[in-house]
Amino acid sequence: MPYIPHTPDDVCAMLDAIGADSIEALFDEIPAHLKAAGKLDALPEGLSEMEVTRLMNERAAMDAGAVSFIGAGAYQHHIPAAVWEIATRGEFYTAYTPYQAEASQGTLQVIYEFQTLMTRLTGMEVSNASVYDGASGLSEAVLMALRANRKSKSRKVLVPTALNPRYTAATQAIVENQDVALDSVAFDPASGQTPLDALKPFEGQDYAALVISQPNFFGSLEEVDALTDWAHANSMLVIGVVNPTSLALLTPPGEWGAEGADIVVGEGQPLGVPLSSGGPYFGFMCCKQKYVRQMPGRIIGRTVDMEGKQGFALTLQAREQHIRRSKATSNICTNQGLAMTASTIYCSLLGPDGLTNVAAHCHANTQSLADKLTAIAGVERAFSAPTFHEVVLTLPKPAAEVLAALAGKDVLGGVSLATDYDMPNAILINATEIHSESDLDLFAVALKEVLAA
Amino acid sequence: MSETQLIFQLSQPGRSAVSQAPKALADDKLSAIPAHLRRKQKPALPEVSEMQVVRHYTNLSSKNFAIDKQFYPLGSCTMKYNPRGANRAAMLPGFLNRHPLAPETHSQGFLSCMFELQNFLKEVTGMKGVSLAPMAGAQGEFAGVAMIRAYHEARGDEGRTEILIPEAAHGTNPATAVMCGYKVREVPVGKDGDVDLDALKAACGPQTAGLMMTNPSTCGVFERQIEAIAKTVHEAGGLLYYDGANLNAILGKVRPGDMGFDVIHMNLHKTFATPHGGGGPGAGPVGVSERLLPYLPTPMAGQRDDGSYHWIDTDTLETSIGHLSAFMGNAGVLLRAYYYARSLGREGMIRVGEFSTLAANYLLKRLEAVGCTAAYPDRRASHEFILTFAKEAKELGVTAMDIAKRLLDYNQHAPTTYFPLLVPECFLIEPTETESKEALDEFVDAMAAILEEARTQPDMVKEAPFTQPVRRLDDVKAARELDLAWSE
Amino acid sequence: MSEIPAELRYASSHEWAKNDDGTVTVGITAHAQDAMGDLVYVELPEVGQVVAAGDEAGVVESVKAASDIYAPVSGEIVAINEALEDEPELVNNVPYEGGWLFKIAMSEESDLDNLLTADQYQAQIESE
Repeated sequence: MPYIPHTPDDVCAMLDAIGADSIEALFDEIPAHLKAAGKLDALPEGLSEMEVTRLMNERAAMDAGAVSFIGAGAYQHHIPAAVWEIATRGEFYTAYTPYQAEASQGTLQVIYEFQTLMTRLTGMEVSNASVYDGASGLSEAVLMALRANRKSKSRKVLVPTALNPRYTAATQAIVENQDVALDSVAFDPASGQTPLDALKPFEGQDYAALVISQPNFFGSLEEVDALTDWAHANSMLVIGVVNPTSLALLTPPGEWGAEGADIVVGEGQPLGVPLSSGGPYFGFMCCKQKYVRQMPGRIIGRTVDMEGKQGFALTLQAREQHIRRSKATSNICTNQGLAMTASTIYCSLLGPDGLTNVAAHCHANTQSLADKLTAIAGVERAFSAPTFHEVVLTLPKPAAEVLAALAGKDVLGGVSLATDYDMPNAILINATEIHSESDLDLFAVALKEVLAA
Repeated sequence: MSETQLIFQLSQPGRSAVSQAPKALADDKLSAIPAHLRRKQKPALPEVSEMQVVRHYTNLSSKNFAIDKQFYPLGSCTMKYNPRGANRAAMLPGFLNRHPLAPETHSQGFLSCMFELQNFLKEVTGMKGVSLAPMAGAQGEFAGVAMIRAYHEARGDEGRTEILIPEAAHGTNPATAVMCGYKVREVPVGKDGDVDLDALKAACGPQTAGLMMTNPSTCGVFERQIEAIAKTVHEAGGLLYYDGANLNAILGKVRPGDMGFDVIHMNLHKTFATPHGGGGPGAGPVGVSERLLPYLPTPMAGQRDDGSYHWIDTDTLETSIGHLSAFMGNAGVLLRAYYYARSLGREGMIRVGEFSTLAANYLLKRLEAVGCTAAYPDRRASHEFILTFAKEAKELGVTAMDIAKRLLDYNQHAPTTYFPLLVPECFLIEPTETESKEALDEFVDAMAAILEEARTQPDMVKEAPFTQPVRRLDDVKAARELDLAWSE
Repeated sequence: MSEIPAELRYASSHEWAKNDDGTVTVGITAHAQDAMGDLVYVELPEVGQVVAAGDEAGVVESVKAASDIYAPVSGEIVAINEALEDEPELVNNVPYEGGWLFKIAMSEESDLDNLLTADQYQAQIESE
């Protein structure tokens, strides 16, 4: 019996102690006609470890082998070997929520260190222990802004069209039942940025917050200082959505404009978490200290034990569902502990210079890739704004067609913007530090062939 | 005491783990980024060597209790063995390096696993459709209640503003209902742990959108009136939500679909043995009856007539409640659950409910025999049960918290304490099917010893633990003098 | 048994109310703070906010619990105890003095008649 240790003698002894004739007798409170006996026939027979491993090896191999230039919210980076070797140690992997703080100091201290790392990267005062992912993190940030902005009576938030559309969609799905409206701010089709002009129509109106994405979905860098100051001048909070790798190079949101962003969220995946088909990732969430009681999710504090020794504990729990129930800041009751642990180890291994170098290579490789691809006749940059590590290119043919042909050559050439932006010939591409010069050339050669065909 | 230092305290300017990152680039490579958007100072990440990092986090890991080290009987958490094979399989390069937006031509292996997992979960729960999208139990709850809302709205049934929740329910239930725009009405629970059916009947009406409940309930007993409850809620026009927190108790024995539930979520990190990871990530797939199929969250895996697999998304399922994450949820967790399901197969799946129930009933009887007080002594335990130490608290001044802390000294993780709220000074204990009889007996011995200590040296018990990296922590200081990030 | 000053009026939700010429000072009782344990945070209403008797007007938090504070009388909030921001423990230490929460300019004097007397409140907590 997989994973069940009891011998027949054990079972007899246990039933004796209970005073029951059979295991079936333990289910005597369940109405007989509800029982599932015979109803699970569609399930396959169990397999040994060797057999399941072989099966899953075959499945995994089916998806391997391509060179990918897809970004759009998830990025391939080199992950040092130590990161997951340590994160999957049984002591981290098989522990639960640190309810018994004395027996969970490992997990608790890692979270405290993670919170510290996130505040330093973002330039914010406090961080929580992470939420599910970047997109759902934004939904939590929107709800938090409604609670935190006491000057605003509205249930509305301004969201740029140039924000990752997957973030907008997930946020919409999560907040719409609470009568929250997300109003769109247009982008400039020439620069690919969110211009101040696009905010003019909303001047003086009551919105709880403005979302600013840096870089935005197109990879373009926004004029974050001006946007931040505009929001604050209009009594809105600023929710920054940022890529953590980029923060090694870019102004941290805590320093945007005169007062800095109020809430910052983002996808933590680039910090040591594999692509893994979309998860598990983690969303990071930071804010100004004055809003900490409105922040959802788990938060760890440093304190002392009864002998005065340093220790770490869950704190501010009165915000959370297990105490506040229907009045909690959110229904969230976990963090993405393992992914967050991995990112803490990743950031420690890279350090300030290492992360800066990763970010610089991402930027330089993407610039180089864009140069190689735009050297092909009919391929052009779609926007004029400076970019971090993603670029939108327009092609002389429909993107869907080109991407399919590239995939046939095992080159995953980015994502099409046809559906989300009505730009049928546009692709969004990304390169990171893992792409070698020959990878970039491979893409250029393949694209040239496909366009010539 | 180097091991209690923070990673930041090990930092020295100029030190680094050089081989972990690419070499520095000349600054002219960054000239395309305008100076006013550039960071003025490097982020103050620790500057440490590779070995310092490895040693620091390895030492920190040793300060945790974990299933791999200890009996970990947290009630309603299902801390069963997490097969190592599942971890290895989920971390195969083909899975790990697959971009979530990779085209279907480069996704058939992954999609096939997801499609099969959806079918396995449908079969064991008796539901008509399953979406794997929710990233945790709480998000599964959200998806479930959002679907209930979408269903009523699609019918133009607009007066339904309330979700009913038994008072013993987990706090996520009411928090979720509010996130979905509902008011919460609590339903009392009787002395035997079952819902007060008369009170439920009185609470049901045209304002009822649905009822959220677990079965077995958070009282650790099977809700015997489940069919009457389903009938009452359905007759009022409401839908029935099954919180899968306790699915392990009935896996292979009873299916929520057969009990009349319209929508359920499952916690794969409980029932399907994926790791808890110190508090996550989990996965909270949802299953639905026929009438809620149009509202399932996306994306889902589908299969074409030619056998190939594809994504089902909002472009074709326009009535879906939509995406709950940027991509498709916690894929890596789902792969681990897939491994577990294939490993158990039909026979193994049936045994989960049987042996988890056997372990709980055995542990309950043995604990009662050494002087513990059951909260519901006349009931069968499900896969978990409640003890109450109200007597010890009153007579000896030793609380459930004190006993929990003392258990740590006996190298036993404490059960869930002070939940459900309606039982004073309680433990909710869930041993799971993967613990040996010897492990259960050791826990009984520890509890017997602690009860004796509570009688003979209560002051000592009240100061426990003594053997952990720290003694009891000052929670009040932690909350009053917030220190949430290190500063030098 | 915790202190229940005879001159105050009480809400069944454990607030006390003290009327000075139409300005009612509100706090929580010694019994209530004792049941909550060490308070770590007090969330207060905003000055100028208008409340009806029975409205939520704040929250007191301990490490393990949070409890809503209800306005015992209707009126406008005219003062809040700002000292509690840094010293929530005042509510534990001196619940009827330095631990007061807020003051209401009462709009309906008759609201006071709906509150309990010290004896009635004493009887209530004995029966809990």
